[in-house]
Amino acid sequence: MTIACDAEWPWYVAGPLIGLFVPALLIAGNKVFGISSNLRHLCAAIAPCKVKHFRYDWKQSGLWNLVFLSGVLVGGFLAAHLGASQTISISPATRELLIHQGFHDFSGVAPGELFSWHALLTLRGFISIVVGGFLVGFGTAYAGGCTSGHAISGLANLQLPSLIAVLGFFAGGLFATYFILPHLIGAL
Amino acid sequence: MTNPSVLEDQECGAGSAAKTRKVFLPLYLLQGVAFGYVLMRSEVISWFRIQEMFHFQSFRMYGIIGSAVATAALSIALIKRTGMKSIDGEKISIPAKHLGSGIRYAAGGILFGLGWALTGACPGPLFALIGAGVSVSIITAASALAGTWLYGWLRPLLPH
Repeated sequence: MTIACDAEWPWYVAGPLIGLFVPALLIAGNKVFGISSNLRHLCAAIAPCKVKHFRYDWKQSGLWNLVFLSGVLVGGFLAAHLGASQTISISPATRELLIHQGFHDFSGVAPGELFSWHALLTLRGFISIVVGGFLVGFGTAYAGGCTSGHAISGLANLQLPSLIAVLGFFAGGLFATYFILPHLIGAL
Repeated sequence: MTNPSVLEDQECGAGSAAKTRKVFLPLYLLQGVAFGYVLMRSEVISWFRIQEMFHFQSFRMYGIIGSAVATAALSIALIKRTGMKSIDGEKISIPAKHLGSGIRYAAGGILFGLGWALTGACPGPLFALIGAGVSVSIITAASALAGTWLYGWLRPLLPH
């Protein structure tokens, strides 16, 4: 398989590249790769209020990560304008299944029928965007990490807590996929 | 303000107790740009790819996560074996996570998993999507912030 300019990178190129951010950050400054703690740093920066969890010097412990995060925004922008495909070529089986569930629109990286300003005003859009986002923030804070911190950094460092968290990620994801999403999409 | 070096729970990405020298901040920015770009080109930012994964209809996501973990694990083993130091000359160490009862990892993990499937994005991809122009992701991110804030507020009442 060649890496065409406008095609997705194969998994065996993308995966190792993602994994390399762990040693890159350790070597750069003894930093542990993990995105979700930025949500905590942002809360500490914006609205610590009287919550003890947010009363710490976020600049000292989190500024590097917030800078990294702003880079992720820029990287997303660059990719969208330099090469990343605007349509995701998912497996025919998944496409069939989603059509069967009621999807019509397969353009874009996220389905416009769920993720658009227009959809935000519908129940299914609200649940996908607002409730989903809330669970991402609450869940990662409670678990102390997300896909980057637990699944990649944590598993790579052979930490049992991270294995428990990752099993939780999949349990929750499978539940939502099989028992929540079909009802949401069926309402299209 | 409490001393950040005694953050009561070491979270991923919190970094070591060591100070971050400002001169290195551009380095983190560049790494972030590269990470956002890789996330986009690997398409792990796509709701469609996440659905494909949870329906077990493609090896792609498993291949990506698996090879990322393998690469990171090999790198960490190598760093530990050689006693490599950071650019700053600091000894590289990864703070251990406290297992406790394990409830926080299971319960928090499940809640995040529900959100991951619903939004089709974990925190990194969420911000890459905003950069890529899926502007409604700003609402998802704001809601995630609200979720993290509520956790902080409820934290004393939750089992860990």
